[in-house]
Amino acid sequence: MQPVVEVSGLRFRYDDGTAALQGVDFHLFPGETVALFGANGSGKTTFVLHLNGVLTGEGRVVVCGMPVTKENLTEIRRRVGIVFQEADEQLFMPTVLDDVSFGPLNLGIEPAAAVERAKSALGDVGMLHALDKAPYHLSAGEKRRVALAGVLAMNPEILILDEPTTSLDPPGRRDLARLLGRLPQAKIIVTHDAWLARRLAVRSVFFEGGRIMGDGATDELLKRFDWECDAAEAMPARLD
Amino acid sequence: MHHVVLERWSRGGSFLHARDPRVKILAALAILVAIATTPPQTAAPFAAYAILLIGASAASGLPVSGVLARAAVVLPFSATFAAISWVSGDPERAAALVLKSYLSATAALVLIGTTPMPKLLLGLEKLGAPRMIVLVALFLYRYLFIVSEQAQHMLQAAAARGGLFGKARPLRFRAAGGAVAVLFGHSYQRAVGIHRAMLSRGFEGRLMPASALALTVTDALFLGGALVLAFASRLSAGAGL
Repeated sequence: MQPVVEVSGLRFRYDDGTAALQGVDFHLFPGETVALFGANGSGKTTFVLHLNGVLTGEGRVVVCGMPVTKENLTEIRRRVGIVFQEADEQLFMPTVLDDVSFGPLNLGIEPAAAVERAKSALGDVGMLHALDKAPYHLSAGEKRRVALAGVLAMNPEILILDEPTTSLDPPGRRDLARLLGRLPQAKIIVTHDAWLARRLAVRSVFFEGGRIMGDGATDELLKRFDWECDAAEAMPARLD
Repeated sequence: MHHVVLERWSRGGSFLHARDPRVKILAALAILVAIATTPPQTAAPFAAYAILLIGASAASGLPVSGVLARAAVVLPFSATFAAISWVSGDPERAAALVLKSYLSATAALVLIGTTPMPKLLLGLEKLGAPRMIVLVALFLYRYLFIVSEQAQHMLQAAAARGGLFGKARPLRFRAAGGAVAVLFGHSYQRAVGIHRAMLSRGFEGRLMPASALALTVTDALFLGGALVLAFASRLSAGAGL
């Protein structure tokens, strides 16, 4: 089976000189879900922004058989949907329907068809009732769902979710995990949330200092990098 | 918040709400030009504008007192310049300055209060306003409240650490300067994030409208009526400037 994402030797340095990626090799197969772990600043978000050409570094990035180059960007951005960590940054249009239609309209789809697609995507995430609402009237969980609908409306083959459970309450987290579990696309989930990774991803990848330090079964990786903090462990030792 | 109230108003279903945004923008522009060119010595046209605007607010179901109260937000600015005219011996001009700015703000509020912001911006774009300005207005509208909310949180955080009231002025200025710098930094970072999110969804420099505008005969009649009324009110003062 051909991978839908193939990355080799990817390096990237920000303008301020920070070496964010220092030789990353990665692959993702159709229908697979992979969780990306790592401390803040380890390069996870920088890495995923290379998969649809928002950032471009040195190395080879191939998505759905196409190298990520200027000529392929429109098609690659249709196929790779990124749901950003800050839903407020993604929901910039005045109403929910306007926002979810934004992507399909950019693909050149006729307005009426784009609106139909947007409604269908909103139906998939259970937000059809909020069509005319302004995004800032929504709860954090609702914003997350609408942001996901905005990406699903573009019919992507690969879904990338950056910290999807941040600021969600436990029921919101559970609902989102259920929803994501139902989606057939290949998924890359950037997360600190071990519960979510266990629930959705058989395979995980661990980032450190702009490099992949581990790639394997989620359970094994979580233990190897000591990436869990249970309630008992989180309690401070009594001083008395 | 002001813009939340205005947004609620703009979602009404009156005759004025239903009009094409382009004809409402042109009608508002006609009234603004009429107000601006009315000579200060005459009272009749100002009364006519006031009746016109109050009538339009009431007919659209907007709370008249709410509109009038919100329009007063311009008074501190115009009153400053009016005071200068007054002191320099021209009380008539001073009064006209206050009246004109107040009536102009009321006209703008009636327009915004009867037109949802996306439609208003689409109308402006269709009338030939530069796309960049329309985009800036769109983002300003969307993110202004997020920035002001952030500012509110910072004030609360300052209050939680003892507050700034009663502190020496240099300390207050320093804290306010720091807060503005942090807000600017956050806004800049957010702008970068928004741009990335837009690129990721295929944005290539042009905002595609999801709905087309369609002028009806009623819209044309409304515009004609509004122009006649604005012109007649202006003429009641004679031709002098």
